Amino acid sequence: MILSQFIFVPLLAAFLIVLFARKKENIAAVIALAACAWILIVSFIAFFKLPAHGGMILNNTSGWSIPYTISLVLDNLSAFMLIVVNLVAFLSAFYAIQYINHFTGKWNFFALFMLMLTGMNGVILTGDFFNLYVFMEISLISAYALVAFGTESEELEASFKYATMGAITSTMILFGIGILYSYTSTLTMADVGLQLRNVGTPKLLFLVYGLFIAGFGLKTALVPFHAWLPDAHPSAPAPISAMLSGVLIKTLGVYALVRIFFNVFGAPTVVLQILMLLGTLSIVIGGFLSVVQWDFKRLLGFSSISQIGYVVIGFALGTPLGILGGLLHLFYHAIFKSLLFLDSGAVEYATDTRDLRQLGGLSKEMKVTSATTMVGTLSISGIPPFNGFFSKLIIIIACISAGQIVVGIIAALVSIVTLAYFLKVQKHAFFGKKGSAKVLEKVPFAMKTAMIILAALCLISSAIMIPSIRKQYLNPIVDTVMGKTSYIDKVEPYLDKGGVK
Amino acid sequence: MILYLMCFFLFLVGVYGAITKRDLIKIILAIGIMGYSVNLFLVLLAYRTGALAPILEKGFNVPMVDPIPQALVLTSIVIELGVTALMAALAIRIYQKYDTFDITKIRRLQG
Repeated sequence: MILSQFIFVPLLAAFLIVLFARKKENIAAVIALAACAWILIVSFIAFFKLPAHGGMILNNTSGWSIPYTISLVLDNLSAFMLIVVNLVAFLSAFYAIQYINHFTGKWNFFALFMLMLTGMNGVILTGDFFNLYVFMEISLISAYALVAFGTESEELEASFKYATMGAITSTMILFGIGILYSYTSTLTMADVGLQLRNVGTPKLLFLVYGLFIAGFGLKTALVPFHAWLPDAHPSAPAPISAMLSGVLIKTLGVYALVRIFFNVFGAPTVVLQILMLLGTLSIVIGGFLSVVQWDFKRLLGFSSISQIGYVVIGFALGTPLGILGGLLHLFYHAIFKSLLFLDSGAVEYATDTRDLRQLGGLSKEMKVTSATTMVGTLSISGIPPFNGFFSKLIIIIACISAGQIVVGIIAALVSIVTLAYFLKVQKHAFFGKKGSAKVLEKVPFAMKTAMIILAALCLISSAIMIPSIRKQYLNPIVDTVMGKTSYIDKVEPYLDKGGVK
Repeated sequence: MILYLMCFFLFLVGVYGAITKRDLIKIILAIGIMGYSVNLFLVLLAYRTGALAPILEKGFNVPMVDPIPQALVLTSIVIELGVTALMAALAIRIYQKYDTFDITKIRRLQG
């Protein structure tokens, strides 16, 4: 079955790496890369085959049918997310082949990487609340371990902080799931939605909303819950930073929020308002805190908080245009933020520092890194024709047309702040006076290739904005999120309502 | 009802501990307490007075407890074991680097 591949291929790869790659460390990279390539291809096949299946493939994982079993559900939104996740994962794994030579325990790294990927693919595909929790924990536990991978004191500290906050909020999510189960006697997402539709909004549900916003909001790093991100993301090895900032916060955070609040709870207004507020706060605080950072990766971490705010306000507007903007910014941010993190990794690999005060004048010695960082900078600050321009433009237009003029103006202004702090990176790292840090090592081939591909994608992915492509591929996704009942309606025929067999 | 309230109180004890304690080991324990309270909550959801374990046999007419939360609790215990083990390992490594478990002294990051 096509759907279970997304989970068992990386899981199998993780086990094979642990089994065979201890002695011969080079096998680890081969297995990991093969698994990533396989599921990247399968995710493209799944995306393009989906319309032929009526926009929904549902796979019961046992002989029973839902709600008595766990189901894997592929619809337009999850197919889109799978492509984003697996694309970034493949390029990060490719980059890691040579980057990881600076660390010991290569096979550990790739095994954890594959486990994290398993968890993320599982979160995207699952149609069951508790299964969502389990896959979330799989990817989080491997993320905690990967953040601490360098085992320096800062990295351990960041990882402990992340693990504490992650464990507390995961418990809150489990508590929320327990309350939902006690109310509806089912864990299947569509069935929960169906039961709640018949009873309206009981007061108990607001407790669940609160627990889920706190829980998934922390995974998204929305502002009151953001404190772990600027420590954890910079501490990880660069390919993992790219994965964490590029896709993990979006899969465990934004995707889970959208799936649960839009498709199951039917986009309640109070939640959208809260998300709107948190998103705006994230944009402003993340943006302004980035300006004062001197650590290259830490600056990128704060910038992630700011950019994820754009994605969240796009969805929180609840209009088709806003959701389109949110989806696009999610995809584009995954590309350019992973590119920028990989670039910061290349700078660290070559010069052994990421302090902007010590860097400077690298553009002559590191041509590829300098050029790709420039592409990333232009994309993230929204300079046409790079991709970030289109998504930010759509979000700002959507804000104004939805009557949220203040939010629109804030989004536009912080976009200028974004340009400001990335120009700071350009000035202090790549141009300007030569710093005290010297280029000790050349950036190897695999790292360069991954960066060049991502930089090219920054331009190519703008092509999604061509109206005919957008109509064919993006509008069904927007409809899946927008249509408050479409997810439930599509799953409903698969539900077994006959009671216990 | 009193059982649910006490269960929620246990949850709050866990939250209080995780927020106010300064010792890494105590934080790990507090997170454990939070996990236990949620597990207890799930088991309470399934409990029916006078009900038996849900094993179907012929002529079985007694009310049964709900088996799903029990399955969930088993899974969540295993997950908590993993998280606790990882956090304890991190705490040991932090102790080797900083020579203390006190989080007010473990501050090499900027915030």
